[in-house]
Amino acid sequence: MTIDINWFKHSSPASFYPLAGRLAPWFFAAAALLAVCGMYVSFFVAPTDAQQGEAYRIIFIHVAAAWMSMFIYVVMAFWAGVGLAFNTRLSSMAASALAPTGAMMTFIALWTGSLWGKPMWGTWWVWDARLTSELILLFLYFGFMSLQAAIDDPRRADKAGAVIALVGVINVPIIYFSVKWWNTLHQGASVSLTRSPSMAATMLAGMLLMALAFWMYSIAAMLMRVRCIILERERNADWVNAMHGGQS
Amino acid sequence: MSWGSVSAFLAMGGYAGFVWGSYGVTAACIVLEIALLVARHRAALRALPGAAPRMDTK
Repeated sequence: MTIDINWFKHSSPASFYPLAGRLAPWFFAAAALLAVCGMYVSFFVAPTDAQQGEAYRIIFIHVAAAWMSMFIYVVMAFWAGVGLAFNTRLSSMAASALAPTGAMMTFIALWTGSLWGKPMWGTWWVWDARLTSELILLFLYFGFMSLQAAIDDPRRADKAGAVIALVGVINVPIIYFSVKWWNTLHQGASVSLTRSPSMAATMLAGMLLMALAFWMYSIAAMLMRVRCIILERERNADWVNAMHGGQS
Repeated sequence: MSWGSVSAFLAMGGYAGFVWGSYGVTAACIVLEIALLVARHRAALRALPGAAPRMDTK
């Protein structure tokens, strides 16, 4: 199947700005719909866990947020790398637009993990491999954002940010495999591609629905933020003037 | 899963603070991010050279 899209046409900020504006509401709507279905399954279909009681219901946002925190970082590093290699402005803007949402997902993963750890492990926090590497991911997002904020010239900020993003990508497999490589309080992967999931089918369904909801939300937030960044950086461009010239 | 009553649902088997604390903070984060994005877009529009000057800032 070939998709007839002129990627170069959409890769200029001038044509991506309105495209992102048209797409964002659809992704928000998809996120809301999936979240409603996901929460219904999470609270009303999935059974009570035999060992953890109702506390396990935190899993539905915890795992979704943790997946997104890692996935967004990889995508961010990819676009930052593309921007660095090919000097494409929009790729770098996309990377910058992903960082705050990725940081938020990381925070949610840590926060919900802490609230789950207290009743199950008896502690809010331990310095073990999984938790520590996820905390490092949060600091990598903060590092990326503060480095970019500290450099006035946007193109130089893009390049410096790309270096941090690409170096930091090494942390993602460390987070993912940390539960295998080290002894940790954190449980192993509940879902894996190589074996059947170690949980009830309805629990898995709830988790996947919530993960999809977070995914759609992240895309929507990224599209909204990329519009802000485009507008801030290109405020003197003719096309911006033509589009928003008379607007107050 | 049937909860029997609304209060049983809200009690979450004794883990209400942990479960609702997780979902509540997540919802708050999302609402805050959207609000910040809307505000940032409005500010970017106001900062355009062609934008009409705001009355309150003269």
